[in-house]
Amino acid sequence: MHSGTRPKTGNLRRRSLLKNLLAIPAALALAHAPSTLADAANTTGLAVTADTVKVGILHSVTGTMAISETGSVQAEKLAIEQINAMGGVLGRKIEFIQEDGASDWPTFAEKSKKLLVNDKVAAVFGCWTSASRKAALPVFEQYNGMLYYPTFYEGLEQSPNVIYTGQEATQQILEGLDWADKTKGAKKYFLLGSDYIWPRTSNKIARKHIENVLGDKVVGEEYYPLGHTQFNSVINKIKLKKPDVVFISVVGGSNVAFYKQLKAAGIDMSKEKPLFLTISVTEDEILGIGGENIEGIYASMKYFQSLPNDNNKAFVEAFKKKWGKDIVIGDVTQAAYLGPWLWKAAVEKAGSFDIDKVREASPGIELTTAPEGYVKVHPNHHLWSKTRIGQAQKDGQYKVVYESKELIEPNPFPEGYQ
Amino acid sequence: MFADYSMAELTSIFAMQGFAGLILFSVFVLMALGLAIIFGQMGVINMAHGEFMILGAYVTYLTSNVFSAYLPESIYGSYFFIAMILAFFITGALGALVEWSIIRHLYKRPLDTLLATWGLSLIMQQIYRSVFGAREVGVTLPDWLMGSYAITDMIEVPINGIFVMVLTIVITIAVALMMQRSRLGKQTRAVVQNRPMAAAVGINTEKVDRLTFALGCGIAGIAGSAFTMIGSTGPTAGQLYIVDTFLVVVFGGASSLIGTVASAFTISQAQSTMEFFLSGSMAKVLTLLTVVIILMLRPEGLFSLKMRR
Amino acid sequence: MNKVGSFIGRYQLSHFIILALLIFVVMPLALDSFRLNMVGKYLTYAFVALGLVLCWGYGGILSLGQGVFFGIGGYCMAMFLKLEASSPENTAIQSTPGIPDFMDWNQLTELPWFWVPFQSFTFTIFAILILPAAFAFIIAVAMFKRRVGGVYFAIITQAIAAILTILIIGQQGYTGGVNGITDLRTLHGWDIRTDEAKTILYFVNGLLLFGCLFVARYIIKSKLGRLLVAMREREDRVRFSGYDVSAFKIFIFCAAATISAIGGAMFTLQVGFMSPTFVGTGPSIEMVIFCALGGRLAILGAVYGALVVNWAKTSFSESFPELWLFAMGALFIGVVMAFPNGLAGLYQTYIAPWLQKYVPEKFHWIITNRNPEESGAEIAVAGETASEDEKKSKAGELSHAGN
Repeated sequence: MHSGTRPKTGNLRRRSLLKNLLAIPAALALAHAPSTLADAANTTGLAVTADTVKVGILHSVTGTMAISETGSVQAEKLAIEQINAMGGVLGRKIEFIQEDGASDWPTFAEKSKKLLVNDKVAAVFGCWTSASRKAALPVFEQYNGMLYYPTFYEGLEQSPNVIYTGQEATQQILEGLDWADKTKGAKKYFLLGSDYIWPRTSNKIARKHIENVLGDKVVGEEYYPLGHTQFNSVINKIKLKKPDVVFISVVGGSNVAFYKQLKAAGIDMSKEKPLFLTISVTEDEILGIGGENIEGIYASMKYFQSLPNDNNKAFVEAFKKKWGKDIVIGDVTQAAYLGPWLWKAAVEKAGSFDIDKVREASPGIELTTAPEGYVKVHPNHHLWSKTRIGQAQKDGQYKVVYESKELIEPNPFPEGYQ
Repeated sequence: MFADYSMAELTSIFAMQGFAGLILFSVFVLMALGLAIIFGQMGVINMAHGEFMILGAYVTYLTSNVFSAYLPESIYGSYFFIAMILAFFITGALGALVEWSIIRHLYKRPLDTLLATWGLSLIMQQIYRSVFGAREVGVTLPDWLMGSYAITDMIEVPINGIFVMVLTIVITIAVALMMQRSRLGKQTRAVVQNRPMAAAVGINTEKVDRLTFALGCGIAGIAGSAFTMIGSTGPTAGQLYIVDTFLVVVFGGASSLIGTVASAFTISQAQSTMEFFLSGSMAKVLTLLTVVIILMLRPEGLFSLKMRR
Repeated sequence: MNKVGSFIGRYQLSHFIILALLIFVVMPLALDSFRLNMVGKYLTYAFVALGLVLCWGYGGILSLGQGVFFGIGGYCMAMFLKLEASSPENTAIQSTPGIPDFMDWNQLTELPWFWVPFQSFTFTIFAILILPAAFAFIIAVAMFKRRVGGVYFAIITQAIAAILTILIIGQQGYTGGVNGITDLRTLHGWDIRTDEAKTILYFVNGLLLFGCLFVARYIIKSKLGRLLVAMREREDRVRFSGYDVSAFKIFIFCAAATISAIGGAMFTLQVGFMSPTFVGTGPSIEMVIFCALGGRLAILGAVYGALVVNWAKTSFSESFPELWLFAMGALFIGVVMAFPNGLAGLYQTYIAPWLQKYVPEKFHWIITNRNPEESGAEIAVAGETASEDEKKSKAGELSHAGN
């Protein structure tokens, strides 16, 4: 299934046991080899030659998370291909080594270590769930690697070894709630999420904002186990409490069950009574839910496939050309696409592949060609970005109904929201 | 706990929660019925039960695609029935194949059927992933299945919920009749109770085994088909059902169909009531925990077949 | 024969030595520290597989919840390490310094009571050994006193694994939720993340594994082991002979739990974190296959089983991620259908006789146990005779369960 450089590297790795057995003396002799190859752009022995540079892609292509992570892999490969077509980074073509996290957190840690220690990649684009990032993070910090992490996430983290290309919780949530309060006059909110850290932290932030800043009321807060498929009870609760807004951070397969049952229970989502505002359903998820089952809900994110700017049109066209015309692009996929471009910009600004120099060069990097419009790296390694509200249409796309005027500053440790 | 609500609201709560519980009950019965036959009657621990259900769901998905692509719009509404029938026969056929190739060698080693069928479930998941992609597929439902029927201002009944319930009742009655009255049913029970004796009186035990297993899988297929209305269809979705399904069957007393129905009723009502007053996660934990504790105290389950072996 | 020899048996001794050479000499020499650490991780699963050999292979009790005990051991160790990593200096930016970061994110302002004792290393070790055994004891007493048999036990333990997973994920303020307990750094000030530390931990892990192997060997060789086999074959006859069958089952299940927990604790030390994914139903079943592949009656087989399956998993998933599940599934089916006695059975049936042809007779004791001193009472149960016995015993299991 994987094209590109896979067969070659795969072959190498399959022989690794044999190689390891035979190569101990050879390895000792070669131990000093990298330093002789090093030039000004690579003083730390990364896998950089005169005309190539190796990077890692680390996502789950098997297991339960493969559903979500496939889009990110596709976006990262597309970005790498485009960069190579433009002449690569500092004159070097990017070669990628893809590893499978297998939806298993220790595997992410293990593969990160392999990519950093054995393959000596110059950057890794990967991880999706918070759990996989948390597992891999100590490895990146210990071996000084650079991870470009695409998912919108709960914040409360700021590592020198990670660039967070998705939004942190406050960027995504506050604008959405303000919008519901101001334009829709919402007063009562119901918070619903899957039971793990991202929904819980998001709802914590949402609750503080609703109660302390907007002066509104939270009438219910509910969590269901990941993979839960029966939502009739909570739908009854929603009917009973009559909130103005249901704020949803349900993830994965549960989404499908939730919206289907919502519709079946006679709630017309486009009537906005109550109004459904999600931070977790991208175009990717709608594919599984079915546009007709979710028509009318709102999502608060930084990117929708339907964004009308020219960057995005070119991006969508290239993406469909590479991966098929029926494919959809969600928020995270776009954020994953930014990763290689941000890395390229940082490397070129630093004039070096060295992790420390790339890190130093990263803050202030701007990307005017981003599909979402314009992004800039903040010193805290998150991106300045706009937040948009989209309304889900029957064809599975979002119609953008609102866009924040300014870029929103990332604030992973928000004062007053903890 | 009740103080926040008015009397009228409380009535509605109980009516709606009762109904939500009934839908959950139907779902549990549909999930468990096939397994009750396979596990309860034949003693085969089929860990791939969830994957058979998902096969039914994928069949429904394909049928819906074929209908919308090749057949006139006017009959699209009826595709669901065709899909269920197809799901039954296709999963049933696969079941027969699995029985022939794997299960029949393992009847004397029930714990090993567990491992083999777990392996089978891994393979089936990967096949789904290779064929249909890792993403979930969206199954479009005919319009008449969507929407709801409003009884009062507060109480609304989802039509697909009613559909699942009716389906459950029909299938349960059909299975019960079949087990009690039909030739295959009588033969199955005879084989279960005393295999050598059944063989001695001329029952073709191999054929009975294969048909019974295929029937259990076929019912799983129908369940999967029905679940496209309320759940997700993806390669790993089957895994979500497996623990619940086994608990329902075991809690009911494995060899009793009435027990399965009764246990599905108890568990679903308990869970849906608790879900209303506790958070979803805690309700689930408490339900499972209660079931496990009761099973520890009364290992034979709610109903058990009293007989000498 | 010397003392060790008579305890282990000559044939077994040679096999123990081969495994020891493999783990302590060949692996460290052949592998770089990254791969060695991975082997160390695989070996922690061998503890669980070993536990399963005892309770499933010998006791006839299949538990699908061994991940629970692995998890308890792992979490105990992780709690201790996390507290050490969360010193007030390290966590100064938190609103409550001195508690683990995830508690701070969940607005906890003081350490929950059940975390407090884990500040002591002695208590932690104690907890790793006692807690899983105690938990196993409760389950086992409830079940075995009522004569709940094979299949039911398997399903109930699976449900327990499911419950515990949901509980851990749901109570994230106290447990770290789905992320688990991450970013563990030092053990009594000793940095466990360095390559040297990982190598040392690998050897400690290997020694502990051998300790457990000896204990398992001792149990099997003792009268208890023979009773277990007798029980597995004909439970009622043992009961009618005046033995309290449930007591033996409870003991062996608790022993298996403790062994698994030691593996879990070593896992946390070597991998640097613990998460609820190891407690779930999936991993628990996967651990059964390690044991089944090695040979459910072979304690050394458990180690090989864990190594082979995980090695295959890693190399397969590096080269052909899509094919991995096919291979794994085929392995499950193949082991059950073609080699019910796993690698050990394969060795005894095919390789040992072949070797015998080419090796001088006086060295035969190295290859096989078919010699006058070691009658076929224990590990020998391979090949046709065993599968016959097996069939009978398993046939009995369902009927025990029902009534």
